[in-house]
Amino acid sequence: MEYFVQQLINGVTLGSIYGLIAIGYTMVYGIIGMINFAHGDVFMVGSFTALLLFLLIGLTAASPLIVIVLAIVGVLIVAMALTAVWGWTIERLAYRPLRGSFRLAPLITAIGMSIVLSNMVQIAQGARVKNLPPDIKDRLSGGFQVMESNGFAAVVSYRQLIIVGVTIALMALFTWIITSTPLGRAQRACEQDRTMAALTGVDVDRTISLTFVIGAALAAVAGVMFLVYYGAIDFYIGFVAGIKAFTAAVLGGIGSLPGAMLGGLLIGLIEVFWAGYVGSEYKDVAAFSLLAIVLIFRPEGLLGRPEIEKV
Amino acid sequence: MAVTTAQSGRAATVKSGISAAVADALIAAVIAMLLALPILTYKSVEQQTSLEVVSRWPWVLVGVAAVFIGRLALNLIWPRLGGASDGLARLGTVLARLFERVGGWRTAIGALLGLTLAASSAGWLATSRWLDLLLIVPLVIGVWRRSPAWLFLGLALFFPFAPGATRYYVENFGILVLIYVMLGWGLNVVVGLAGLLDLGYVAFYAVGAYAYALLAQHFGLSFWICLPLAGILAAFWGVILGFPVLRLRGDYLAIVTLAFGEIIRIVLINWQSLTGGPNGISGIPRPTLFGLEFKAEGGFADYFGLEHTSLHRIIFLYYIILAMALATNWATIRLRRLPVGRAWEALREDEIACRSLGINITNTKLTAFSIGAMFGGFAGAFFATKQGFISPESFTFWESAIILAIVVLGGMGSQVGVAVAALVMIGGTELFRDLEIYRMLVFGAAMVAVMVWRPRGVVSGRVPTIALGATRRIGSDLVKEGHG
Repeated sequence: MEYFVQQLINGVTLGSIYGLIAIGYTMVYGIIGMINFAHGDVFMVGSFTALLLFLLIGLTAASPLIVIVLAIVGVLIVAMALTAVWGWTIERLAYRPLRGSFRLAPLITAIGMSIVLSNMVQIAQGARVKNLPPDIKDRLSGGFQVMESNGFAAVVSYRQLIIVGVTIALMALFTWIITSTPLGRAQRACEQDRTMAALTGVDVDRTISLTFVIGAALAAVAGVMFLVYYGAIDFYIGFVAGIKAFTAAVLGGIGSLPGAMLGGLLIGLIEVFWAGYVGSEYKDVAAFSLLAIVLIFRPEGLLGRPEIEKV
Repeated sequence: MAVTTAQSGRAATVKSGISAAVADALIAAVIAMLLALPILTYKSVEQQTSLEVVSRWPWVLVGVAAVFIGRLALNLIWPRLGGASDGLARLGTVLARLFERVGGWRTAIGALLGLTLAASSAGWLATSRWLDLLLIVPLVIGVWRRSPAWLFLGLALFFPFAPGATRYYVENFGILVLIYVMLGWGLNVVVGLAGLLDLGYVAFYAVGAYAYALLAQHFGLSFWICLPLAGILAAFWGVILGFPVLRLRGDYLAIVTLAFGEIIRIVLINWQSLTGGPNGISGIPRPTLFGLEFKAEGGFADYFGLEHTSLHRIIFLYYIILAMALATNWATIRLRRLPVGRAWEALREDEIACRSLGINITNTKLTAFSIGAMFGGFAGAFFATKQGFISPESFTFWESAIILAIVVLGGMGSQVGVAVAALVMIGGTELFRDLEIYRMLVFGAAMVAVMVWRPRGVVSGRVPTIALGATRRIGSDLVKEGHG
């Protein structure tokens, strides 16, 4: 039972990270109908930005806890801002010139951008795994004991609490943005009919740019969380996490915000439980198989709207 | 249409007036600065116990200055280039008309033929005059048939004997490019003709490679027996993976095929007892020429009384893959004229209309998947025998992405375009292998640049498979891309 609860906690944490990345995919897909393959690498750039910021701040084991918490919040905000610039630039350079072009062209530029980003980081930072300085990692360890029996305790670590807490807060914030701000209204209008939205005075280009900015900022949050949780990153994390998060977005129903979160949680839970009870070799196969099964029987995803085809 | 929007978009961002141009360039420089911060300005370096940061500000500042100057120059010069680019376009039209006037391809290839004959009689080409015929004969046919395809064929046939084509170039440039040409043509059946977006094509490549490696290892079968078997097995997998995704369309199809590709790779890594896991399979037998092996004693060289060099085997491999690629091309062109090929293109143009005309969608999609997969399987078997060693490393998603990029960049459905794209993308990056780490960076940037420049691919004209009256080239805007 304790083992099960522990896996559940780990799964929800991992799922939160996937969910945050998945939101970026789902928003972009909802508004311009393209798979933003570079999104996983934007997440990776966010993670590296955070690592470098942590190193520049130079925390030591002696820093008081309040300084560490402030440092994390500061790094989070700065990393969000800097990664958002990347999101904006990618859209401006690789996707906007192809707006209204045929469907495969932006897919190819997205793959190209993904190659550019991962190789750029590989060249700039080296190919080896980078570890978060142990001083920071040690200060964040520890947690609450949820239940205990026979010497095995299920523990919620502070890091996991931070991750899930930040995810819930951001989800609430972005649900509010989408449902009740002018920006959210513009986004939903563009999603339904871009031409009509433009005719009614919505600045379509600006709305799409902002969507990319928001998606990149959320990916940066996921990147910081990933760094704090695992403590080790390399230039390749973007690909794996990106594929998983995209799987999550499709699973939940692409274009739907709660769907992305639900899909992220599902993928995280499946991975953790499969690794915990069956074996970690085939955990990715389990996640991908679930995706294939769900799509075959419910092609619009769990929470998505079915696509209506007009002849 | 797409090109014009791209151009007008670019024109709109260019400001007139010096001060506006400077302001715009400043904004670009600030954005470049923000992008570089901190991911390029600092490098994390491992020390004994922890990570240290090393500053790289001078380099980044130079880069930002370059962005500023470049953008400023673009802002000041671009508006004045409007007339010049018009002039260039007009010059292009005039040149094209002149080309037709002097006899088009017939004259061009004829001139080349003359040059080749002169060079051949001077002894500047291959070591033996007989080998020059590999270039001369296709050129003669090219003059007669007025088709540039024969020119390319002649160059491909002659390449291993061309002056300056060392073993290194034949192996790492010629063979590699031809593998990707073949993979591109194979995927072209699925993506270009049937309009089904497949992001897991590398799975079939892997199936072919492992089929040959395992059959050779366990049953001692030769390459020539395994080649058709590898194709059949890959086609079989094409049906197995194609069947569940019949209902899916567009991006959903793309993501599920991507998932299948990853599943196959993960199984290859983890099924250690069969596939050797991450260590792969080594010692895969080389192909033989009617039983003649390419070895020092008692092999090909002895039989023909030649001096043994390892170049013989490389050239033999080169001609195998060339023949396989040409067979793929020939089969694809023929298939397009068959009812099934027309059904593929009809499916790409409009699935609903296709269904209402009584075309069996299931069979059409499955044949496209399996035939595309079969070509992938052939290429995989060749890859295994060429390398002598395979591991799951060679079959990552990036291979699928590169093959798809070749198909789309070349212009979907255009056979020549795919070959050109493979030559430029793969050959180009192989030629710059010395710049190892920057190679993929440039590859990615080139993908973006070419796509923005020509969203419908490099060869953007199409010749319809069937036409009423005379066959005429049409713009690729008129060709649909399919719904998947």
